[in-house]
Amino acid sequence: MGLLTVSGSPHIHGNQNVNKIMWQVVLAMVPAALVSFWYFGLSSIILMLVAIVGAVTVEYLIAKFLLKITPTINDGSAVITAILLAFNVPSSLPWWQMLIGVTFAIAIAKMTFGGLGKNPFNPALAGRVFMLISFPVDMTTWPKPGLPFDTMNFSIDGLTGPTTLGIVKEGLAKGDTMAQVTSQLPDYTQMFMGQIGGSLGEVSAIALILGGLYLLIRKVITWHIPVSFLLSAFVFAGILYLVDPTQYIDPVFHLLAGGMMLGAFFMATDMVTSPMSVKGQLFFGLGCGVLTILIRVWGAYPEGVSFAILIMNAFTPLINKGFKPKSFGR
Amino acid sequence: MGRPKMLKTFKIGGAHPEENKFSQHSTIEEIAAPDTVFVMMNQNLGAPSVPVVAKGDKVKIGQLIAKGEAFISAAVHSPVSGTVEKVDFWTDTTGYRKPVIVINKEGEEWAEGIDTSDALIKEIKASKDEIIEIIKNSGIVGLGGATFPTHVKLAIPQDKTAEYLIINAVECEPYLTSDHRLMLEKGEEIMVGVQILMKALNVSQAIIGIENNKEDAIQHLDEIAKKYSGITVQGLKVKYPQGAEKQLIEALTKRRVPSGKLPIEVGCVVQNVGTAYAIYEAVQKNKPLIERVVTVTGKKVSKPSNFRVRIGTPVSMLIEKAGGLPEGSGKIINGGPMMGKAIINIDVPVTKGTSGIVVFDEKESKRNVVANCIRCARCTMVCPMGLQPFLLAAGMEFDNFEVVEKNNVMDCIECGTCHYTCPSNRPLLDMLRLGKSKIGEIIRSRKN
Repeated sequence: MGLLTVSGSPHIHGNQNVNKIMWQVVLAMVPAALVSFWYFGLSSIILMLVAIVGAVTVEYLIAKFLLKITPTINDGSAVITAILLAFNVPSSLPWWQMLIGVTFAIAIAKMTFGGLGKNPFNPALAGRVFMLISFPVDMTTWPKPGLPFDTMNFSIDGLTGPTTLGIVKEGLAKGDTMAQVTSQLPDYTQMFMGQIGGSLGEVSAIALILGGLYLLIRKVITWHIPVSFLLSAFVFAGILYLVDPTQYIDPVFHLLAGGMMLGAFFMATDMVTSPMSVKGQLFFGLGCGVLTILIRVWGAYPEGVSFAILIMNAFTPLINKGFKPKSFGR
Repeated sequence: MGRPKMLKTFKIGGAHPEENKFSQHSTIEEIAAPDTVFVMMNQNLGAPSVPVVAKGDKVKIGQLIAKGEAFISAAVHSPVSGTVEKVDFWTDTTGYRKPVIVINKEGEEWAEGIDTSDALIKEIKASKDEIIEIIKNSGIVGLGGATFPTHVKLAIPQDKTAEYLIINAVECEPYLTSDHRLMLEKGEEIMVGVQILMKALNVSQAIIGIENNKEDAIQHLDEIAKKYSGITVQGLKVKYPQGAEKQLIEALTKRRVPSGKLPIEVGCVVQNVGTAYAIYEAVQKNKPLIERVVTVTGKKVSKPSNFRVRIGTPVSMLIEKAGGLPEGSGKIINGGPMMGKAIINIDVPVTKGTSGIVVFDEKESKRNVVANCIRCARCTMVCPMGLQPFLLAAGMEFDNFEVVEKNNVMDCIECGTCHYTCPSNRPLLDMLRLGKSKIGEIIRSRKN
């Protein structure tokens, strides 16, 4: 008999590991990716591929040659960042801008802090904001969704249009009445399915909800952040709507528009940058929801999800200090 | 039948590891005493026992060979009849060399007054004080694995009253089945043992908590309990670590033992079901604690078994009886896989706290590669004490003892659920143990 292994208890380990968790998140994004291919064509797939290859390569090079640690690119986290960032850009974005954005997300927002688990801000969101500042025009020029698989649609006609949130923001700013504004909006079924202008992965509520449900069922995420995020946004927007329906659009629109679903299920739930107690997570979601509506209604940008989550990311350490689980018998 | 009753459980945290109770249908098999026994002197929590025999002395089965002199200590009795070969040191389950009495077996001669028959004696003649005295003189300790001397636990402080006797028959550790088998095969004796404990504590209510993966035991004991007054059998949802004292009390009574306090604070005294059986034998049969039931199991073990073995029997003999050490074994655990200790060789003897021997193959023996913490909070969600293991572990990594102390590291019950659950395979319990020892030192230094 050889020597026995002696180590501290426990001697068994559960079946969860980081790779499994991360690749399940990737899997959960597949429906939204398919929808974006359906409506925006090949360019969406190209952008996602550029982002993935870029993110994985940058992470590998930095880990190996700068940090001199064992690269952990197969853990899937770089792929998540890449897809999420691609989900947050218009399908007409030049591929090299995608590459610069994803390089920033991985190199600056993730690896500078030490890699997976150490970054204070969601790398994909940090990357998106960086791109919004660096390429303001290309990042806010939204191709209209074409007929399914009509891949040539935009490159020939170059049809572009505002997002649903943009229609509302600009319309109200011009002094249009709410009725005039809403007449330009797609109906809720279109919004629910994703036949609207917007970023690659944010358009289809149904695809994102499907992915989110998968993550909930597989216990990759818990309900706390998505539910408190969506509920607080709905309630806050609902109060405004009740106060003055001629000024404020109805709350269902807010839930279906822009990056609300993508943010609630895939970005706010990023474990690394969200709080670690149940109460903390509920508070975090509440903050995200309220800030999103605040920015959408009164901010300079039509969309507020990214900023709201990033702001709450910054508060996460404080929330962790403020909301601790109650110890047994204390 | 009144079943199914509502299953109870504790509120915060917990996990459900793969049960792997391979030996649950193996009836308890008596193993003859080996030619030489190694009786450790540190079989109980607290001070080691002090030998009262010397080299060359003749001893009988059940004869006192070591006293428990300190307040928290226990007596030890000879598991065999024969000659004391030496009083020496021997490597035990902790991996260190500790005092031992080595006895060579000659014949099978019992000390006087011990009833070795199987006859069930229901009538309890001993008085409350006599019971506690007999338990003390019989060297009985908590047989769940903690080995706290039972007579000390039964001595209720003047200003406190016990209301419930709680019998821990949870056996929440994966693999282990010794309590399960004992309940099925010695149900009546256990009930008498419970009655004895109730008399010693002067309580009118006892609750036996059993996890629902032992439905046959729940039904069996429930049936017997009808014949006795004040004993309830309660089924529990399968959830680790339900066998932890505070978690079990909460599951059964909804009462929470305050941090740093003992169960008596909420009117409860908890005893293991195996201990109840040992108490029956001590009080009714005058038989001291010289043997116990040990599960010997593992995925590759050919004959997963439950053995009744004499204390001091080398682990190697048990493994032999269970079909021999499987090819490619890499780790052997004394106790269950969640809280047991890995032993350094198989010459280690069975002690009063050995509830099981679990054999792992080479692959199961190794820990997984550690990755960065992804702050997923799973450790926090599963901690049954409501702690934040990630925070405590990080505090220890950066020597930030203030944070570690403020976040209640001393409340940790070392159940290992955090470590078990962590998707990054971080050695959380290692760090928490380190924290408990360091903070304990700091707290003690402050008092002086």
